[in-house]
Order: sequence, then C-alpha cells, then structure tokens
Amino acid sequence: MAATSAPLAKTVLRPSANAVGIALLLVLAYGIVPLVGTSYLYEAILTPFLALSLAALGLNLLTGYAGQLSLGSSAFMALGAYAAFNLSLRLPFLPLPVTIVLAGLVAATAGLAAGLPALRLRGFYLAVSTLAVQFFVGWVLNRFAWISNDSPSGVISAPPLVIAGLSFEDARGRYLFSLTVVALLTFLAWRLVTSPTGRSFVAVRDNETAARVIGVKVARTKLLAFALSSFVVGVAGVLWAFAYLRTVEPAGFNLDRSFQILFIVIIGGLGTLRGAFLGAGLIVVLPLLLSRFGAAVLGDGFDSGTLEMCQRIALGTLIVAFLIREPAGLAALLDRAVRCLRRAD
Amino acid sequence: MPTLKIRLRSALVAGTALLALTGAANADEQHFPLQSYRVGPYAAGGTGFFGGFIDYLNLINTRDGGVNGVKLTWSEGETQYEVERGVEVYERLKSRPGIAAWNPLSVGIAYAMIDRITKDKVPLITINHGRTDSTDGRVFPYVFPLLLNPYSETSGIVEYLASREGGLEKLKGKTIAVLFHGSPYGKETIPIYELLAKKYGFKVEQIEVPHPGNEQQSQWLTIRRLKPDYVVLRGWGVMNPVALKTAQKTGFPANRIVGNVWSNSEEDVIPAGEAAKGYVAITTQASGAEYPVLQEVTKTVYGAGTGNLADRKRIGSVYHNLGIVNGILNVEAVRAAQEKFGKRTLTGDEVRWGFEHLRLDEARVAALGAKGLFHSINVTCANHEGEGRVTFQQWDGAKWSVVSDWIAPDWATLRPIIEASSATYAKEHGLTPRDCAKEEAASQAPAVGQ
Repeated sequence: MAATSAPLAKTVLRPSANAVGIALLLVLAYGIVPLVGTSYLYEAILTPFLALSLAALGLNLLTGYAGQLSLGSSAFMALGAYAAFNLSLRLPFLPLPVTIVLAGLVAATAGLAAGLPALRLRGFYLAVSTLAVQFFVGWVLNRFAWISNDSPSGVISAPPLVIAGLSFEDARGRYLFSLTVVALLTFLAWRLVTSPTGRSFVAVRDNETAARVIGVKVARTKLLAFALSSFVVGVAGVLWAFAYLRTVEPAGFNLDRSFQILFIVIIGGLGTLRGAFLGAGLIVVLPLLLSRFGAAVLGDGFDSGTLEMCQRIALGTLIVAFLIREPAGLAALLDRAVRCLRRAD
Repeated sequence: MPTLKIRLRSALVAGTALLALTGAANADEQHFPLQSYRVGPYAAGGTGFFGGFIDYLNLINTRDGGVNGVKLTWSEGETQYEVERGVEVYERLKSRPGIAAWNPLSVGIAYAMIDRITKDKVPLITINHGRTDSTDGRVFPYVFPLLLNPYSETSGIVEYLASREGGLEKLKGKTIAVLFHGSPYGKETIPIYELLAKKYGFKVEQIEVPHPGNEQQSQWLTIRRLKPDYVVLRGWGVMNPVALKTAQKTGFPANRIVGNVWSNSEEDVIPAGEAAKGYVAITTQASGAEYPVLQEVTKTVYGAGTGNLADRKRIGSVYHNLGIVNGILNVEAVRAAQEKFGKRTLTGDEVRWGFEHLRLDEARVAALGAKGLFHSINVTCANHEGEGRVTFQQWDGAKWSVVSDWIAPDWATLRPIIEASSATYAKEHGLTPRDCAKEEAASQAPAVGQ
C-alpha cells in the first residue's frame, strides 16, 4: 500500500513543484533580469540563447517526441527569417505578431513537404533526406535575388521591432520581445506534448507498428510533427534575424547551425522541454562564459587563438563528461539532482 | 596600535586609489577593439591581417610613443569569422574607453554591426571589402570601405585587362569569363561586369562555382569551349587553388587568369604549386618587406621580440601588408582628428571626422615609409572609399611581384549605381542623407572651447 501511495503522492506533488520552479524562472526573467542586466547580457547572451533554445525546442518536438531525425533545422530558421523579411517589406501594414505567425506558417508548409519522405524513410535515411532540404533552401535563397530584395550582396537588414507603436528597439526591449515569444511558444509546446496528439507523437517514436495497432494515424502524426516543429523553428529564425543579429545572410544558416541545434537537443535531453533550454545553456552560453573567464584570468596579452583552442578542449571534455554521467542529457541530470535533494529533505 | 595600523592601511589604500586615478587621467589612450579570427577556416587571413595591424600600432607606440603622445591600445576577441561571435565580441568590448574604430575584416560581421556602430557613433572600417553602397558617406556616416569596394575592384580589373590589350577600345570583341564563388559575395559584381561589357563592347560570360568549389571540372570545360581571352577569378578559400590546378589540366594559361582581392594571397596560390606560376591578381597594397615601414616593423617590433606573427617569414605577405596599410590609415585618421580636436583621447565621432578628412597624397605616403606599398587615399564626407588605386601582381612560384602601374578605377561610371543603392537603403530605413557641404562649412568654423 505504501509502495503505491508514494509514487501517487509524487505525481500530485510534481506539477506544483514544477509550477513553482517555472513561476520563479518567469519572475526572474521578467522581473529581475530587466532591472539588473547590462546590454552585453541581453544582446550577447540572452537573446541568442532564447532564439536557439526555441529552435531546439522545435527540433525536440520532431526528434525527441516524434522520433524523426532532422538535419535541416537551420534551413527552416532561414525560411522563417526570410519569409518574415519579405512579409514586412511587401505587406508593411501587417502587425509584427501577424508577420511572425505567417513566417512560421511558411516554414511549417516547407516542413510539411520535407516530412513527406518520412512516410517511407526512417533513422539515418530520413536524416539524409532532411539534409537535402538544408542544401536546397540555401541554394534557393542564393538563386533568387528578389528573396533578399535584390540586395547586391544578398544580405538583408531587419526592420525595426515595433508592435502597436511600442518599440522594442533597445537591448532590453529585444530581450523582452524574445522572451515573450519563447515563453508563449514553450507554453503551447507544453500543451501539445501533454495532449493526445503529443502522446501519439511518443507512440510513433516508441513503436510505429504498436502505435498503428492502437489506432494512431502514423502518417498524419509524422507530418503534423514536421509541420509543428518547423513552425517553431521558423519563428526561432525570425528571432535570430530580427531580434538578435538584425541582419541575415544565407551563409549564416548553414549545416553547422543545424548540427548545433541537434547537439543542443541531444545534450539537453531528448523528449523534454527543459532539455532545449539546458542544452542551449551549455552550447551557447558556456563557451562565452569560458571565453570571458579565460580573458579575465589570462588578460588581453594572451594569444586569443590559443585561448579559443583551450576553450574548445574544455567544452569538449565537459560534454563528454556530461554524456557519460547521464546519456539521457542534462534534463535527466537535473531530475536526478532534484530527486537527491528531495530525498535529503 | 591597531588604530595606527588601520590608519596606515587606509592611507595606503587612499594613496593607491589616487595614484590609479591620476594615472588614468594622465595617460591618454586610444583603443582599437579587434574582432580577430586566429582559429577556423580563415585563420590564415586573420592572423596575417590582425598581426600586421597590431605590428603597426606597436611600431607607433615604441618608435613615436603613440600618436602625439596618445598611446594606442588594443584588445582581441576571437570570432572564428562567425557573425554571432563577432556580435558578441562587439557587445563585450564596446564599453572600453576611448574606442577609435572597429576593423572586423569580415563582410558578415560588418553588416551586423552597421546599425550598432551608427547608434554608438563609432567608425567601422571595412578596408577592401564590405558593403559597396556604404561608399556613400551621406547615408552611411560611420562606415568606411577604405581603398576599394567590390565595384571599383571590377572596374580596376577591366582597366588592367585593357592596358594589357593596349587600350580600352581594344577590348571590343574580346571575351572575358568570370568564375565566381556561388555566394552573395561572388554574385555581387555580376551587374557591374554586364555594365562594363556593354560600355566597352567585350563579351562577358559569368560562371558560377558552388561553394566551397573543390570540384570545377565542368566549369573549366565550359571555359575551354568558350575560349575566352581572360578568366577573372572571383574566388574564396579553397576555390582559388582548385581553379588554378583545373586550369592547368584544361590547358588554360595561368598568366591569362586574373584574381580579385580575395584571390590574391599566398594562401591562394601556394597550394596550387606549379599551376599558379604566372597567375596575376589585383591588390591595393603591394607585397614584400622591402618598404621602409616594413623594415622598421621588422627592426623595431620584431627586433624587440614583440612581433605579432608567429612565423617571421610571413612579414610582407599580402594579408600582413594589408594589416600594415590598415594600421597606417587608422593611425593617420586619428592624427587628422587630433589636429582638429586636440591631442587627447578622442571620441568615436571625432575619429569619424578624422577618417572623413583622411588625405594622404603620394608625398605623405612616402614620408610614412610606404611609397610603393600603397598609392594614396582621399576620403571625404561623401566618398568613404577614398579613391584608392589598385595594382596587379604576378606569382612566380615563390613570391608576388608588381606587374602594373597604379590603376585608377572608373569611379564616375560607378557612382550613380552606388548612389541609387544607398538611396534605397536610406528609404528602407527612413534616413535623410547628410548635407556634406553644410557640414564641411560648419567644421571649418573654429570649434568652440578649444
């Protein structure tokens, strides 16, 4: 009796503990950070962190929850960014939130098309077909000059971030803008993964045949996963271009970026929402902290190239150590730490 | 006793603080934050360019004690040529006191900085590259594509080919093939080649090489079929040596291939070995270490063991000399601004004024020990490129040697295109172009409070 009541108590307790944690995080992010942060913190750390976390969240819906490996994430980011640029250029009367949603839909449509091979291919073969999307999108952006408004160098500059006369142009505004978009989409993603649709994602991931037997429409589920994931990744692309860099060139969305997002998901924890944020923390923020730390300890005189190499070695060792300690990613590591603390109570 | 100890200690602390304060107040310093790239695929260019730049700043500090007593300082942040790392370094270093100018040597990073530096009122120097329409200083007050932009480079190459044929009218009926890198950078000059082809009556065939360009068999078969008189190489990275090697295989002579400004370094030709012998490339700064300023860098900076290049053999290489010339232009802009605003640490906006009055004629260039290294520069409020001349150098298998005069690109033809493009930018961003004549008149009036 005691054995069954304990996990029950836990399941009742856990959401509230989670809710408290999330509430605390939101208070920190909205209430405290904007008061004490510096422009460096917003512009160089938090905004890219938020954008890549969102991209990883999107990929995690596809790879972590629905089990479809994709190497085309940065292509969807590019689609979102260029779609938003063109929408705001050609339909300037659209309010920014509408532009962002439409840009996400453009990415989602492309995601739907990219998901078609998933109906026949699995695992590494599917990864190769998404790789084709990565190169195809890069080629299209380079090929058709109107996409970058005939700019001779193909580089576009982002329009100002203004919603209903409210400007988010300064560093703090950009941060708050990104934060709101990310918080909103994370909430929707959470609703999704706890819904029947989210459960059918997991069913497809764990065993396609079994999923089909219990009545999950596998083809529809896979395509939906591709579309929803691409939508989120596309919006992340808009944040990356509009809120963070304020300029976009096709080369910025290359295969390296896709790998980066995939690694964030793997290291953070497949099939968890917080994994995306933890992974982005490790891949995006930690190298910067290491580099600041190295520069502070060794001073300006030290050769910056050697310093960079040392950081890479340190980061690589950390990743290897993390994955040995916890192959399921940082999210699982965090869970274990929380469990340890609970037991200590 | 304890009170005495405390008093002593507080006196000591106060004294140190005072010393630090007065020290900071006395030492005028001008700072150059560097977004360098010494790691990653473009490290060869990065170490050469930033090495040369630092070497020249070092020379000015050791030999002259700074610019009129104002010490030059710098700090480096590694970007690996990645845009987001460049932005991070910008945000990290922008709060340093007394920043003179930013010199990223990366088109991507420069683009991402235009909004930021304009807001922060600090000059952005994109020597030999960057956004072509930023030549129009009326719309881009803080951006300086010094010496050469992609359009003038194109015109310079055509003028050179004409000089090899014996005049612009001799270009009529000739065929020029342009082999360009499949990227926004590579495609930027397509309309300019078309325009010049129409103007001078030559035929131009523009052939794309997809990035990274390590397979060019089909492109060179096309060239073989076309039998062009010249091939212009608008390359990048590994594409350049592969082009030279494939040219040799298809039997196209290297001395009829002309490289652009990103295909002109030792790193582009050495991997091609024998195939690169006779290859010609454009440059704004001659290579070699025989110029007085490089002799001084070798003697004063490397002699004291403070040289920045790990390999002394690279002194005088293309990227190192570009760094040296970049150093000269930055230092002389600071000097020009000091003439007007006083011999002290200047603000970014004051250094911007200095760049807009950066006039180095041939005599001044010779006095700086750079005669033959680069020709001259004449930057104004409206023209941020500064009428840089170009020259052409030929690779003999071991070193580059200059094979042409200093050639002036046809700026008059290019200016209307640049102004049209900058006007579009101004409209997109809701900017009103500056009135240069008015500003000039205002700046001639004696400054108040000097």
